[in-house]
Amino acid sequence: MALAPLSALWLVPALPLAGFVLNGTLALAAPGAKRTVSLVGVGVLVLAFLAAALAVAQYTALAPAAPLVFRYWEWLPARDLQVDFALQLDQLSAVMILVVTGVGALIHLFSVGYMREDPGYARYFAYLNLFVFFMLTLVLGASFPVMFVGWEGVGLCSYLLIGFWFTEQVNADAGKKAFIVNRIGDFGFLVAMFLIFRQTGSLDYSDVFTKAGAVFVAGGPVITAVTLFLFLGATGKSAQIPLYVWLPDAMQGPTPVSALIHAATMVTAGVYLVARCGVLFALSPLASAAVAGVGALTALFAATIALKQWDIKRVLAYSTISQLGYMFLGVGTGAYAAGIFHLTTHAFFKALLFLGSGSVIHAMHRAYHLTHAHDDAQDMRNMGGLAHYLPWTAALMWIATLAIAGIPPLAGFFSKDAILTAAFAHGAARPIWYVFWGMGMAAALLTAFYMTRLMLYTFHGPNRTGERERTQLHEAPWGMTGPLLVLGVLTVVGGALNVPTLFGGAARLERWLEPVTRLARGDGAGGGVELAAATEWALVGSAVLVAALGIVGALKLLNPAALVPARLAPPERGLGRFLWKKWYVDELYDAVIVRPVVWVSREVFWKVVDVRLVDRLLVNGSAVLARVLGWVGSRLQTGEVGVYVVVFVVGVLVVLVSAVR
Amino acid sequence: MTLLGPSLAVSAILFALGVFGVLLRRNAIVILMCVELMLNAVNLTFVALAEARCVAGQIFVFFVMAVAAAEAAVGLAIILATYRHRQTVDLRYINLLKG
Repeated sequence: MALAPLSALWLVPALPLAGFVLNGTLALAAPGAKRTVSLVGVGVLVLAFLAAALAVAQYTALAPAAPLVFRYWEWLPARDLQVDFALQLDQLSAVMILVVTGVGALIHLFSVGYMREDPGYARYFAYLNLFVFFMLTLVLGASFPVMFVGWEGVGLCSYLLIGFWFTEQVNADAGKKAFIVNRIGDFGFLVAMFLIFRQTGSLDYSDVFTKAGAVFVAGGPVITAVTLFLFLGATGKSAQIPLYVWLPDAMQGPTPVSALIHAATMVTAGVYLVARCGVLFALSPLASAAVAGVGALTALFAATIALKQWDIKRVLAYSTISQLGYMFLGVGTGAYAAGIFHLTTHAFFKALLFLGSGSVIHAMHRAYHLTHAHDDAQDMRNMGGLAHYLPWTAALMWIATLAIAGIPPLAGFFSKDAILTAAFAHGAARPIWYVFWGMGMAAALLTAFYMTRLMLYTFHGPNRTGERERTQLHEAPWGMTGPLLVLGVLTVVGGALNVPTLFGGAARLERWLEPVTRLARGDGAGGGVELAAATEWALVGSAVLVAALGIVGALKLLNPAALVPARLAPPERGLGRFLWKKWYVDELYDAVIVRPVVWVSREVFWKVVDVRLVDRLLVNGSAVLARVLGWVGSRLQTGEVGVYVVVFVVGVLVVLVSAVR
Repeated sequence: MTLLGPSLAVSAILFALGVFGVLLRRNAIVILMCVELMLNAVNLTFVALAEARCVAGQIFVFFVMAVAAAEAAVGLAIILATYRHRQTVDLRYINLLKG
């Protein structure tokens, strides 16, 4: 059984599924059995991580030339369309399953403490396990339809978990918004899938990617349409312009959910999709430019909004959108390894930031709960000086802040730098990339600024929570701080995964992903231009300078002592209000899309089509028709035998006459 | 000489009498009798043609007579039951099935 861990690859998604079934049963049968639920919920994730690690280890030892595909059963045998339920392990999905199960396990562990008091504890873990199952299906699937199952499944779980506390209207609305916006992206994915099948006659990755070069004309309209529709799907799932609006609202869910789904894993599905289809994107320079451009624009745009948010989780949400923008800039440039590297490091430090904020909210919420106050436990204006009460959380979140800002030698520095360098290098071939690089640099400055602002207002300066509440603020239990510590370590050393050759490193992740990214570089469209070492050093230097400038600027410009609690705060004015209102994009969408759709639905589809056409004409109309026909028929039923006989005789005569003729 | 022509003529007259009786009379018993008349007109046709063509027509007459007997029995029973119920056999007053 030399292949044991590899042939047990199905266990990786099957374990969380089993966890979902068990916890789902418990949620219905015995919602109070919290010990069992925790054991099952966290246990399956740890086991899945072990299974994934063993499989990847064996895969590395074998080092096969092609991706390993395991076919389990025939799923859609429909003449030309033959889809098997198959899982595929290659370098890209190996990275993804390790991130998903690893970070996922830590967040499950954190949830045990965070959700302890919640009456829906079992339901929560059931959903969380189901989410991990779908996410693993998404990244392990060996064909587009299997990936689509996971793609839809994570959307569903995201909806269920955003609206987890569904008794409040705002939470239920946020869940609905996420689901509907995601559906728009899913539509793009579906259309792309149809087009791919029409052109290549297959939906398996191996078939599609080997045929792609022969079937599609490079830069032609078909491949551009395919890739742009795929990218539309990616923007929905990964919260990029124009479909990013659901992610900030998704923060209505429990904080560990925000960490797992809306920061570390699900939102990276779009990046994974683009990286997986690198072969296709490489054939369409226009689509690549669109991916990189939208990424750069989103990175900058979301960073400006994050500058003026007060809700600690919303700052992190916009920060996530911004960082996802970087990843798209990376994969759009053709620097797939850099994009996936940033995806991995971002999973570490953003999960850390979210869980840290969860720790803060946990403490704040508890304090307010004990004193029966009704202030907002997530508003930074109600915090301040928390470093004194939550020293571990503060220290770990500072590490993550420095990492996301891009301070060496933390993980974020290497990954962000890899993307920006690749973008700059690509500028030599296509000058528009210099603009993207500039936007990325500006976003880096803003990132450093708003993250420092978040830390400053949350953990430093005087405390604004309230006199009585202050005494109740404590560090969370070790079950919650433990995962933070692990993530903190990963944030520090994560960069070692892929230290560029410039720093004398081995660029291990880049070489590891080489078999996947090489395919995409077939025609040279995504090929990196080699930069002189001096230029690279200059780029690195300027990136660090920009990050330092952002941090120092925030420290100099912002004064946490001048803040007042949210209740007493005056409304924002001018540009600040514009940013606080998120560029009025929600209002714009509301006016341009939501209201017209609602109007047309109400005035046309309901009042005309439904009430007049369907109800009145079709439903009542057919009833009236039946009644009229029935009345006519009943006139024939006189009940008098004589009449019947006359009709009968006349009928016989008619038949006879016509027969004789 | 053959009796085929006169026989068919008689049966046609009998059949027509039966039809007009069913059409014009109102008394249920008379109508039943007219039905019998039509059946017997048909019987006559069968017999007449059997002479000319083949013997199967004569055999068929026996079947018709058997069915006619059964029909008369059932029909009379119904009329009797109706009479007990409504004290009349006039079909103008028996119109419960009016729509």
